[in-house]
Amino acid sequence: MPDKNSSRARKGLIMIRKRTLVLRISVFLLIVLAIWFTLSSALVGRTAKGPDASTSDRRSEGLVAWRQIYSVLTSPRCINCHTATNYPQQGDDRHRHFANVIRGPEGKGVPGLNCVSCHQTENADSTGAPGGHNWHLAPLSMRWQDTNDQPLSSAAVCRAVTDRAKNHGLDGAGLLKHHEEEPLVLWAWNPGRRPDGTARSVPPLSHAEFVAATRRWVDAGTPCPKGR
Amino acid sequence: MATYQLSVNGQRKEVNVDPSTPLLWVLREELKLTGTKYGCGISACGACTVHVAGVATRSCVVPVSLIGDRPIVTIEGIGTDPVGRTVQEAWVEKDVVQCGYCQSGQIMSAVALLKATPKPTDTNIEESMGGNLCRCAIYVRIREAIKSASEQLK
Repeated sequence: MPDKNSSRARKGLIMIRKRTLVLRISVFLLIVLAIWFTLSSALVGRTAKGPDASTSDRRSEGLVAWRQIYSVLTSPRCINCHTATNYPQQGDDRHRHFANVIRGPEGKGVPGLNCVSCHQTENADSTGAPGGHNWHLAPLSMRWQDTNDQPLSSAAVCRAVTDRAKNHGLDGAGLLKHHEEEPLVLWAWNPGRRPDGTARSVPPLSHAEFVAATRRWVDAGTPCPKGR
Repeated sequence: MATYQLSVNGQRKEVNVDPSTPLLWVLREELKLTGTKYGCGISACGACTVHVAGVATRSCVVPVSLIGDRPIVTIEGIGTDPVGRTVQEAWVEKDVVQCGYCQSGQIMSAVALLKATPKPTDTNIEESMGGNLCRCAIYVRIREAIKSASEQLK
């Protein structure tokens, strides 16, 4: 009898061990399956929408940079000479330039009343006349205002800036160089003093920030906002 | 103070002045060329107009330090230029002047206009002379004189 009982107990123990092993293997397989499923679905998802997401991110980053650029271009130091009319503007209130100054055929005034009649190659802080190399108005193709002297929309300015038929053929690299080196662009951050001796205001970004924003925008493919 | 060698009406002139001094005051106070007038002092009226390298220039806002070696011609010297002489004669012929204070600036601007645009239209005249103010309002006679000078310069 003891031998018979002992044999039954051994058989039961073996069965329990077998079931535990099966359970452990099942749990292990389930975990492996779950990990594989998670990883593979993540990989599949990335492959399926990867390029679109990347392009979209790049455009978004470019548009953020453009918004910064636009804030500079529409500041008085820049937009006052990007008019749609036959005269420049002056001052932070962007009023019409005094003395009946006229754009002239080349944006440099007219004989007897040229830009250089007053504006020399550098600021004249003792008299309040601003100056810089080749002082002139931007061409009408690069107007950033309407004929009522209101700034154009961000989308419209962006279209003008990126249109090589209007911007003297500048591509992204050319635009970056223009923002980085053009003396009259640089003047905006060194605008001198008004006749009353107070300092003229400067654009909302530093020149370094402006150039960095331009670089990000160019790297993103010079995207423009949608709309009119 | 700094010393500058200026070419004024064909002559070399040396002045020792503060670099920020407007050319107008160098001409009037240092060189005693008082034909060029002080009007507004902010380049809004044109009374101080002289020629710098042939360009009509508002001498009240240009510091002497920015002139460099560019030749200066004032109302005292413009009569030696054929166009300048013709304009001055037309001014006399048309009896343009009333009080006369703005006239040196008017003549200097008119000469610059006629040198660049020998046959100016009314619009050319209005645009080029629009920055020269005259409290006597003799604008019609100024225009007639410019047209007369233009005819004589044919």
